Amino acid sequence: MADQTYPIPGSFDATPSRGAAMLEWLHSWVVTVDHKKLGILYILYALVFLLVAGAEAMAIRIQLAVPHNHFLSPELYNEFLTMHGTTMVFLVGMTIIFGFGNYLVPLMIGARDMAFPRLNAFSFWMTAFGGLLLYYSFIGGFGLYGMGNAPDVTWWAYAPLTAKAFTPGHNTDYWALALIVMGFGTLGAAINTLATAFSMRCRGMTLLRMPLFVWLMVVTSGLTLITITPLTAAQVMLILDRYLGAHFFDAQAGGAPIVWMHFFWIFGHPEVYVLILPAFGIASEIIPVFSRKAIFGYPAMVAASVGIAFVSTTVWAHHMFTVGMTSVSNTFFVLSTMMVGVPTSIKIFNWIATMWGGKIRFTTPMLFCIAFVFQFLCAGLTGIMLSIAPWDWQLHNSYFVIAHFHYTLTGSFVFCMFAALYYWYPKMTGRMLSEKLGKWHFWLFLIGFHVTFDTMHFLGILGMPRSIYTYEPDRGWTTLNSIVSAGAFIQAIAVLILAWNLISSYLHGEKAGNDPWDAWTLEWATPSPPPAYNFAEDQVVRSRRPLWDLKHPNDPDWKYER
Amino acid sequence: MRAFSLIRCGLAFVSLACAAGLPAAAQGPQTTPSTWAPVSTPAHEIYGLSLFVLLITGAIFAVVAGLLVFVIIRFRERESDAKHEPAQIYGSVQVELAWTVIPILIVVVLFLTTARIIFAIQDEPKPQSALDVTVIGHQFWWEFRYPKLNVVTANELHVPLSTHRDPEPTYLRLLSADVDHSFWVPQLAGKTDLIPNHPNEMWMDPQKPGLYLGQCAQFCGIEHAKMLIRVYVDTPQEFDEWVKEQQQPAVDDPAVAAGRHIFESEACANCHTILGTSAHGTFGPDLTHLMSRSTIAAGAAANTPDNLRAWIHDPNTFKPGVLMPAMQLSDQETNEVVAYLATLH
Repeated sequence: MADQTYPIPGSFDATPSRGAAMLEWLHSWVVTVDHKKLGILYILYALVFLLVAGAEAMAIRIQLAVPHNHFLSPELYNEFLTMHGTTMVFLVGMTIIFGFGNYLVPLMIGARDMAFPRLNAFSFWMTAFGGLLLYYSFIGGFGLYGMGNAPDVTWWAYAPLTAKAFTPGHNTDYWALALIVMGFGTLGAAINTLATAFSMRCRGMTLLRMPLFVWLMVVTSGLTLITITPLTAAQVMLILDRYLGAHFFDAQAGGAPIVWMHFFWIFGHPEVYVLILPAFGIASEIIPVFSRKAIFGYPAMVAASVGIAFVSTTVWAHHMFTVGMTSVSNTFFVLSTMMVGVPTSIKIFNWIATMWGGKIRFTTPMLFCIAFVFQFLCAGLTGIMLSIAPWDWQLHNSYFVIAHFHYTLTGSFVFCMFAALYYWYPKMTGRMLSEKLGKWHFWLFLIGFHVTFDTMHFLGILGMPRSIYTYEPDRGWTTLNSIVSAGAFIQAIAVLILAWNLISSYLHGEKAGNDPWDAWTLEWATPSPPPAYNFAEDQVVRSRRPLWDLKHPNDPDWKYER
Repeated sequence: MRAFSLIRCGLAFVSLACAAGLPAAAQGPQTTPSTWAPVSTPAHEIYGLSLFVLLITGAIFAVVAGLLVFVIIRFRERESDAKHEPAQIYGSVQVELAWTVIPILIVVVLFLTTARIIFAIQDEPKPQSALDVTVIGHQFWWEFRYPKLNVVTANELHVPLSTHRDPEPTYLRLLSADVDHSFWVPQLAGKTDLIPNHPNEMWMDPQKPGLYLGQCAQFCGIEHAKMLIRVYVDTPQEFDEWVKEQQQPAVDDPAVAAGRHIFESEACANCHTILGTSAHGTFGPDLTHLMSRSTIAAGAAANTPDNLRAWIHDPNTFKPGVLMPAMQLSDQETNEVVAYLATLH
């Protein structure tokens, strides 16, 4: 079932030509229901769009490098702004977490595949075609300014700017419909992950013996079910408003633009946690292995993850401190937002405690994880600053906010995704990524990241609002903006090094073997890359680190775990 | 070690930027819209609160980042290490409880401090002496109406100085004619959104005369970037004079009657009002006292005859995508209209 291929009817004889073999290989990837192939497809898809959205970000930074620049027209700037945000969140973030989830969850719990392999393929292709639909708007979306317009209403698309009166043409429709289509894919992937983790675990793997990455994918999937629903509902209302004369958000007919904001942020804030929780899971797998110690406080890590997910559904209106809520509601959302700081600090302390007393190996994945802990600490602290509603009245929609969420989504999320690529690439391809290129990638990306995003905080404090295509030269923002743009170029170079590393190591990389990192979870107990059936025999585990038990028969985990 | 030195470099860079950039910007030319150069009570209270929060978060940062740096230096794998694995520690209830309770206590402190400031700013009772201004956001300009004074102007807000002895805060009622906008002049107060069908209110009591800059802070369409705000804080005498001047109908100078005739008979009058003429449009800014403003196009260009000419010829020169169309006037007609507008003091 897992890796079966079907011949394409019509043209094959006993020894197919090179072209036909190629076609069959391609066909095998298109029709695959194997969780590993789908996982790789998800990840490749995310990486391609990482380059696309990264290129959009570069264009934005060139435009903003100097005041009154004419590199991009305002139309194109607003399109790139919208597409950069939408792409990074939905086409890069959501796809790469389900990519790693797809690949790793069955392997980590000793299963043969996901619970619903066909649903899995359906989910991937929905996501994939949703993304293509979104990007087709660049050539097909007839908008106000003529042929070919991408959505240009920002990725939070506040009503009533999205109404027909203010955004004629079809670019907003592409945006809304693409998100609905991708939403179905995401929901399928989330349901599949939950079913897999709850019903496909190997013998002996109780819930509290699941690797933390699997736990975090479970929490993320649950949160996905909660958050994608209001997003889809809001998109449907938007389409009804635009085409059937409904008046959900149409202020001129008595609708309430605020309703869109509530729906969007009830989705939008937990969405950040949907992305960051799997990153926590990745850090919780990698940090122990390269510290050579068990994760510190496993039950607390699980509880904190579930806690973050719960609290995250109660904080959405901290995106709305400036829309004129009552002082009491503002106060409530201050408190709920600050509460997120408690479980997240438990996590940071537990990662540090895991490293404490260990023997830390500074491999590329570990470097990315250490930088992640540092940057996530900073992101958490600027998050506290933004939760202070009065201060948020100043900082909201300023570059400080941009700096904060890029610390979360780049400094934390993307760093962990890079760590995961370096860590599991050997398992997926059978070859190691080059450590030398990896270190170049890490240090350049780290420097570029800090040059760009540290500086943005100051721009926000100096009063520069977000989403402006240009700015006045007399505001004192010019030098800082040039620094930000310079940092962006350093990051771009680092990402190109990664791309080169991924390609060249695939062709010439060192052979990995089953277990190159001397790790402890089940995916390392099978060859790299794993066979279609994953494990030759059923796995039985007695602790959270089955391979540790095998490697240290005199000192197994199950004697000590609590 | 390399990780350590890099983080140190990063920190040094950040503190350098702090030390060099911000105070200079805060005390430099008044046109820098820094949130850390407050001249009005709400902005002041926010500034004070922000310093308190920075102190606490800075302390947390120092402790946790210090721990992280210590750990990666102290516990790195060394060549000389014995080959066996380090001791495995699975957790500790006491330690974990400690680092759960401490963050909770910090949250309580931060929350109570914040709540006090929220109520102090948001629920401040409005004094009798307050000046009312209605702010209406348009794509992509600001309309300011002084209902009690019968004054209407655009893009450049004049408010009186408010002193402790003689408080005269300004209360803004925020409305929108089309999409969401946000009124933000960092030195005077935090921002508040202008949302259609959802009137909002904010207040400020500027204590230093001068010009304060801000701009729209909620994406509102193609020219969101050029929806700038200028707030002039006038002494009470200056303010009274300004109000008197604004209450007058437009100057009627027979020398520019040709320009006025074009203005009234072409499409100009559909969107703009000039008090004392037949132009009563409300879609664009009121031009009755255009020459009392130092900029046109919501701050996108200086108010000079050349810029006015270029603007009327094609507004896209300064603001591509602006809603005012190119007027298709001949050069002579344009010159006459500009000559007329130049009399509107």
